[in-house]
Amino acid sequence: MLSVEGLEVRYAHRDGALRAVDGVDLTVGRGETVGLVGESGCGKSTLGKAILRLVEPIGGRVAIDGVDVAGLKGDRLLAFRRRVQFVFQDPYASLNPRRTIGEILDGALAVHRLGDRPTRRHRVREILDRVGLPADAVDRLPHEFSGGQRQRIGIARALVLSPDLIVLDEPVSALDVSIQAQILNLLVDLKREFGLAYLFVSHDLSVVRYIADRVLVMYLGRIVECADHHVLFGEPRHPYTRALVDAVPLPDPRRPRAAIVAGDIPSAARPPSGCRFHPRCPLAIGRCADEVPSMREIAPGHAVACHLA
Amino acid sequence: MIDPTAAARRPPLFALEGLEVSFPGRPVVRGLDLSVAEGETVALVGESGCGKSTTALAAMRLLPRSGRIDAGRIAFEGRDLAVLSPAELRDLRGRRLAMIFQEPMTSLNPVLTIGRQIAEVLIRHEHLSRRAARARAIELLDLVRIAEPHRRIDDHPHRLSGGMRQRVMIAIAVACRPKLLFADEPTTALDVTIQAQVLDLLDRLRRDLGMALVLITHDLGVVAQYADRVVVMYAGHKVEEATTAELFARPLHPYTRGLLAAAPRLDTGLHHSEGRLAEIPGAPDGGVDHPGCAFAPRCPEVRADCRVTPPRPLAIGDRLVACPPAVASAPRANAMRGAHDAVG
Repeated sequence: MLSVEGLEVRYAHRDGALRAVDGVDLTVGRGETVGLVGESGCGKSTLGKAILRLVEPIGGRVAIDGVDVAGLKGDRLLAFRRRVQFVFQDPYASLNPRRTIGEILDGALAVHRLGDRPTRRHRVREILDRVGLPADAVDRLPHEFSGGQRQRIGIARALVLSPDLIVLDEPVSALDVSIQAQILNLLVDLKREFGLAYLFVSHDLSVVRYIADRVLVMYLGRIVECADHHVLFGEPRHPYTRALVDAVPLPDPRRPRAAIVAGDIPSAARPPSGCRFHPRCPLAIGRCADEVPSMREIAPGHAVACHLA
Repeated sequence: MIDPTAAARRPPLFALEGLEVSFPGRPVVRGLDLSVAEGETVALVGESGCGKSTTALAAMRLLPRSGRIDAGRIAFEGRDLAVLSPAELRDLRGRRLAMIFQEPMTSLNPVLTIGRQIAEVLIRHEHLSRRAARARAIELLDLVRIAEPHRRIDDHPHRLSGGMRQRVMIAIAVACRPKLLFADEPTTALDVTIQAQVLDLLDRLRRDLGMALVLITHDLGVVAQYADRVVVMYAGHKVEEATTAELFARPLHPYTRGLLAAAPRLDTGLHHSEGRLAEIPGAPDGGVDHPGCAFAPRCPEVRADCRVTPPRPLAIGDRLVACPPAVASAPRANAMRGAHDAVG
């Protein structure tokens, strides 16, 4: 349904242009959850935003059902914006503090000219109920809600427009464990019920392991590995993916401690030559510093950008 | 890690006895007992608002102006920190006791070089000359594994990555070889590969310097891998305390069990196509006072009595569980002893 090819985003930086997203390809199928993982500065959030043109890409192509998004104008751009929604890590920052939840959701429907006033009112109540918010939420302001409830509001605002795809940017990272489980379960239920696809952006591998059908790993602006969830977590092939998986402390004292990968994450403004992971890679050979590895399919559905994979 | 049973036998280095802390109109820590033996790592776990950070701030006597210690003793090296004067506290903090926080940038002075900030502690507490303090600061940067310490020492904090800033905070905290370090979510703001480096560093320093560590975290993986003993907090109360091995093998309190079940796991974890995550219904309401157990409104196993009577912490072997029904139905209930002399 969604296909992204060669996407590039640059930011101005004191050391020159920072290539936040440097030639990324990805697809999201109908009803599929794609997890996008990586550490800070890898460009995963920027990539999510660039797909919706919340930040403007300088190169590459984003297409939905084969139609290039860049050329869309007027009603067709509006239709694209309805089909692809975005949920932020901190929904509070994206909610108008002076408008009630009812007004916020109704406003989203009104912009897209979906239904008359009574239809919209009915739809808003239906969605609030579906995401587990009390009926009186319509008349309340965002600050009256807890973190978990605000994330339900963020999800409701996306869901009210009946999208096909929701880009979720760290949607549970600010929440406590007990609340996080509630929101993840809700997302899974909604996906089944409405046939939604998700692009789930997160730094938390345990969360992605639960929610994603397919996983992409990003490092300094590039995708380094992509595979089905059980392959990616079961048999990771890129040394960076392995380092990430091994670095997560497991909630079981009988397990050995995390293996430690040395070195700091380099600045995306001055990425290393060749394979960007080579200065930290325990397996690096001479070639890794000189030659950029391209994504290579090593098994059906499993691609790795590593000279040694 | 050290042998937890040996640690339990040793006299505590540090103990909180009946600590109560409140902010205006809101009790945050409600009658907390906690002891830390020399050289051991005790984890304080719980969700936001459970009082774990406030406990550490109160123990260091670093509460914000609006916070108050209403009751309790803070025993450390034969003194009660709860009644020490500001001058006595200043002498202890940074020398015998230290603390690091989640966001090192807010604790570092942005206009001073990191060398100056490390040296300052050494000049104040160890009365070193500027030159000696600078030499020692370079050694400390090396100790916390900052590459090229001679060059880095003249950097300002903004030149450093998040992981390096946390290393600098650790260098400042351990400069005078304290006996006890409070680490409040020390790696929560860091990336996972950097988190592993920093946790490993803290654990190595604990061992090499013979320092005890109170690790405040919400991350059960961090607890499992680095703590000797665990104290689980909910709404200002200690609900369960056990050795790390026991707590993970056999969590008893319904809240502890709920937390462990709710967290998605990388190892034995579930995929959404196989089932739902276990939920704890509702949300913590730390501010609201229930006459009975604070967890009762969310507890899947709640009984009528739980809403009325505050649960007494009961001892099972060397662990404590503040849930009489859970203790009664524990598989080793016959091994229960000392319930009568449990801490009330």
